[in-house]
Amino acid sequence: MDRGKKHFNRTEPNMPLIIAILGILAVVTMLLAMGLGPVSVTPWNTAKILLKQIPGIGNGIQATWEQLDQNIVLGLRLPRVCLGMVVGASLAVCGVTMQALVRNNLADPFILGVSSGAAAFATLGMLFGAFSFLGTYSLSISAFIGSAITIIFVYMISRVRGRINITQLLLSGVAISMIMDGVTSIIKLSAPNALGLHNAEFWMSGSLAGAKWAYLKLPFGVLILCLVFLMAHYRGLNLLLLGDESAGALGVNVRRLQKELVLVASLMAGVTIAVSGTIGFIGLMVPHFTRLLVGGDHKKVLPISALLGGILVVWVDVAARMLIAPEELPVGILTAVIGGPIFIWMLKKNNREK
Amino acid sequence: MRLRVENLTYSYGDKDAINGVSLEVNQGEFVGLIGPNGSGKSTVLKNIYRGLQPDSGTITMDGDNLLRMPYRESALKMAVVGQENDVPFDFMAEEIVAMGRSPHKKLFDADNAQDKKIVHHSLEHVGMEKMAKRNYLRLSGGEKQRVIIARAVAQESDFYILDEPTNHLDISYQMQIFDFMKRLENVTVLSAIHDLNMAALYCDRIYVLQEGKVVLSGTPDEVLTEENIYQVYGVKSSVVKHPITGRRAITFLPAGI
Repeated sequence: MDRGKKHFNRTEPNMPLIIAILGILAVVTMLLAMGLGPVSVTPWNTAKILLKQIPGIGNGIQATWEQLDQNIVLGLRLPRVCLGMVVGASLAVCGVTMQALVRNNLADPFILGVSSGAAAFATLGMLFGAFSFLGTYSLSISAFIGSAITIIFVYMISRVRGRINITQLLLSGVAISMIMDGVTSIIKLSAPNALGLHNAEFWMSGSLAGAKWAYLKLPFGVLILCLVFLMAHYRGLNLLLLGDESAGALGVNVRRLQKELVLVASLMAGVTIAVSGTIGFIGLMVPHFTRLLVGGDHKKVLPISALLGGILVVWVDVAARMLIAPEELPVGILTAVIGGPIFIWMLKKNNREK
Repeated sequence: MRLRVENLTYSYGDKDAINGVSLEVNQGEFVGLIGPNGSGKSTVLKNIYRGLQPDSGTITMDGDNLLRMPYRESALKMAVVGQENDVPFDFMAEEIVAMGRSPHKKLFDADNAQDKKIVHHSLEHVGMEKMAKRNYLRLSGGEKQRVIIARAVAQESDFYILDEPTNHLDISYQMQIFDFMKRLENVTVLSAIHDLNMAALYCDRIYVLQEGKVVLSGTPDEVLTEENIYQVYGVKSSVVKHPITGRRAITFLPAGI
């Protein structure tokens, strides 16, 4: 117990140890998650299937598994689990970013309507080809534009005399959500083709089921880029929490940093939502539990949130495909069922502390 | 001359908050800004420490244009103790103080042993070294204020801007903060002060703001007179030279005396 306290406390957490443990946990999670599903594969076999793919090491490994297992692990589960990691990490980091931007721990891309905005624009692109001139990444780019517009809107509405008013923030999030969901419905109902509509419906409920390698590149690249940017500016993020004026007095170009954070948050929200649909509350829950673990310093919060977010989404996704197997639940529905009550609890706690 | 402000104008929306304010602060001075609520004291200071961007006017610090300076550079020139001192998330007192080191840091720089030493010394200065690991949000108002002052000290600037730091604090804390500033050697202070007796005790010079304009300036002896106080605040008072402090002591007189 004492030794536990020595490494896991908010005042002086042993960061290398915590990151190492979470890293191992992430690897174990991936191995287990690849085996779990309607067809199960043992973690041992999963590991061997994976190792066999690495040139040099792979030659010495005997194939003791069936070809079907290998196809499922490599073709379906591996991209899905990797996508889960990337999506979870991005949503969690996006939550951290938005929370620094509005100085409140109740901010989350889903709650503030950013997901709905991204979905509305993405549907527009999907069904009408509105952004098809943007090429392969038209879906991601349209979702990014949708999230950027929503963040800017919500941010401007909730700023009262230079300060973010939290009631205004949450309510404008709800309102924008409703507007955007309405827009999405209108687009769907006037959709010219049935196939596109089916795809849009499936995608929007939030699912990792259709994961392909091709989906991974962009969100992964964006996640790494944004994380590097945020880690470089971790002091700025900390200082923003003191308020715009104090941050300016301590050497932060507040306006520029806020614009950059809006960009970073919409990029991460947009490209993840484009591949996975709406998965809510990850950006709310993960940063909160991260802060309970290591305190509020962004230097620690950012990497830990990314790891925890990835692990959480992969496990929720496992539950999504196991609970009513052989049918699949959309992940977004499960995260809402878990995240909703946590949001209410945090809201209550927030009010008590005021 | 350290700081020179000329013709500073700022408005919130269409209402002028300050209009054509000019003032100067010399090396080593303790300069006070006084005036009734809403007279623009805080707005002037926020424009100087770059919390707000002036509509017009010039501000120079040691001869350099403050408004064109990178934020990091201006943060090295002056340390600010403001009014808003709440943080939404859990931070330890020493983490808050360490934030004062930010302007000395480039991207990706970590806090080194030197920074830790400075943070520790700053906390010692304000008598908070035992509270270093405490959760900042759980500290009392006076303790929070001392941590914020330690943060300003850790910034290692010799120019302090205090934006009514003593507001809502017990008298002992109010005195403690100003005494502390006086004890620091070779520092220059520009402070908004609510309490006229405090201004009389600590200031070398005073600027009086009324409705966004500087209406009076000078030494406390020149400025803090019964007529001036009546003009600016609309209150009758009796001002005497205090036998112990040698400074002006103001007693406000209720109606009917």
